[in-house]
Amino acid sequence: MSDIALTRPVPVTTEPPLARYLLIGLAAVFVALFLFAPLVTVFVEALRQGWVGVIDALRLPDAQAAIRMTLTIAAIAVPLNATFGIAAAWAITKFDFRGKAFLITLIDLPFSVSPVVAGLMLVLLFGANSTLGGWLIANDMPIVFAFPGILLATLFVTFPFVAREIIPVMIEQGRTEEEAALTLGASGWRTFFTVTLPNIRWALLYGVLLCNARAMGEFGAVAVVSGKIRGETATMPTMVEMFYNEYLSVAAFTLAAVLAMLALLTLLLKSLLEWRHAELLAATRRH
Amino acid sequence: MRAGILRSPSPLPGFGLSFGIMMTVLSIVVLLPIGALLGRGLMIGPADLWDMVNSRRIWSALTLSFRAALIASLFNLVFGLLLAWVLVRYRFWGRRFVDAAVDLPFALPTAVAGIALTALYAPNGVFGQALAPFGLQVAYTEVGIWVALVFIGLPFVVRTVQPVIEELEPDLEEVSATLGARRTHTLRRVILPTLTPALLTGFALALARSVGEYGSVIFIAGNIPNLTEIAPLLIVIRLEEYNYDAAAAIGIAMLVVSFAMLLAINAIQVWSRRRIGNV
Repeated sequence: MSDIALTRPVPVTTEPPLARYLLIGLAAVFVALFLFAPLVTVFVEALRQGWVGVIDALRLPDAQAAIRMTLTIAAIAVPLNATFGIAAAWAITKFDFRGKAFLITLIDLPFSVSPVVAGLMLVLLFGANSTLGGWLIANDMPIVFAFPGILLATLFVTFPFVAREIIPVMIEQGRTEEEAALTLGASGWRTFFTVTLPNIRWALLYGVLLCNARAMGEFGAVAVVSGKIRGETATMPTMVEMFYNEYLSVAAFTLAAVLAMLALLTLLLKSLLEWRHAELLAATRRH
Repeated sequence: MRAGILRSPSPLPGFGLSFGIMMTVLSIVVLLPIGALLGRGLMIGPADLWDMVNSRRIWSALTLSFRAALIASLFNLVFGLLLAWVLVRYRFWGRRFVDAAVDLPFALPTAVAGIALTALYAPNGVFGQALAPFGLQVAYTEVGIWVALVFIGLPFVVRTVQPVIEELEPDLEEVSATLGARRTHTLRRVILPTLTPALLTGFALALARSVGEYGSVIFIAGNIPNLTEIAPLLIVIRLEEYNYDAAAAIGIAMLVVSFAMLLAINAIQVWSRRRIGNV
């Protein structure tokens, strides 16, 4: 009857269906091979000797000491980092001062430094052969190959995480709300806790989440600084390496599986934040 | 303090406190350690530094770290763009799941990724056995290092390009189509140039991360001197020998390489922004 009905409209702002399916297929294969396969391997290798092997591995004193060490480090490093991030964001977004751009570059700097080089820096600064390190050791306050060194290494590699999540959000929100609170007679702290903090809480939580994942998982910097002393300075990731190098495969992959589950939990919480509170996160996080 | 540093007055309180906390932590955690490395370099002196870096083993390690990072980041440039495009433009079952999974390399500790990839690609692993009939060996070769660095760098490209694709105005593509351009032509001449700065930024971030990567690489690399020994590992080896000067020399070389790279790629970005701005 009509010729027009026979020609279907050709969409001009997307690809033809065949190309679409091909691209989706290619992406799926890539994700399966490069992301999912390694993740699945961790759990498969951990369960190679069944649950008995997993439980035996978790009972090892070295494994338990490493878990305790990692939890302690994260429990101290993350709040310190959050405090720094909030302080830096407040100073940077609420005031106008010289050298601000340079300061932001400095805060981002740890991202472009190799973790091993970060560890090296701490060894050079606080190691036994430096003046400062020698003095600290003489006064019974060793930093390298001890707890404070691991903490400093963790702080270095996680340094920008919280600050760079909340700075864009605080820039977007401006300072008018805080100024209004102050004119209405609120004190500085009250303004912060009742006006600023609620505005940035989801972005802060997001930053804390990423910071915590990195704090628990850092390997290179901690491996250099800690000396990897079993039961004393070994963290979960460095213990994974030691078990692996001793051919204790199940023990290595069991600890790795615990870390992988923490990573999955992190991803889950992160996705929930992105879906539920997208409008309160930095613009680049809203997808 | 306030009057000296502030450029314009602000009615808000807390400048001294927040600025003080920021500078204290920044100094102890970042500035002092970097100063210690650079200071060590100055004490050794440029001539001796050069002598220490100028050995075959160190050059091999530095060029390997750089070359493998470059290859992996180029690979990620292509597949990162593909993933970002598919995630933003197409609707398919499991899209949100894949979207969340892209961040796995950020969340998974590098040592865990390292032993998992090694188990997969080792001669007795699932992928290792599958590739063996074709004469391909991945684990304990340079290809293994590429695989580890592809894993590490992927989210950088996807997460930088994805928001830019989301912001693309459909008008541009419609105009291009009404003017008679075929879809491939529109993609190449309209969309790709718009995405170039984001692609380069993602590439730069992946590259900077990959050059210094340690945890995921050392298990799969095999660590044969002059062949598959990366620069960060060489620093660790020198430190274990208590040869702090040699370790510092390699560390300074790596710092120089990564800063030079960031500067170069920043320049490309400025150039490409200006070019697009003029169109």
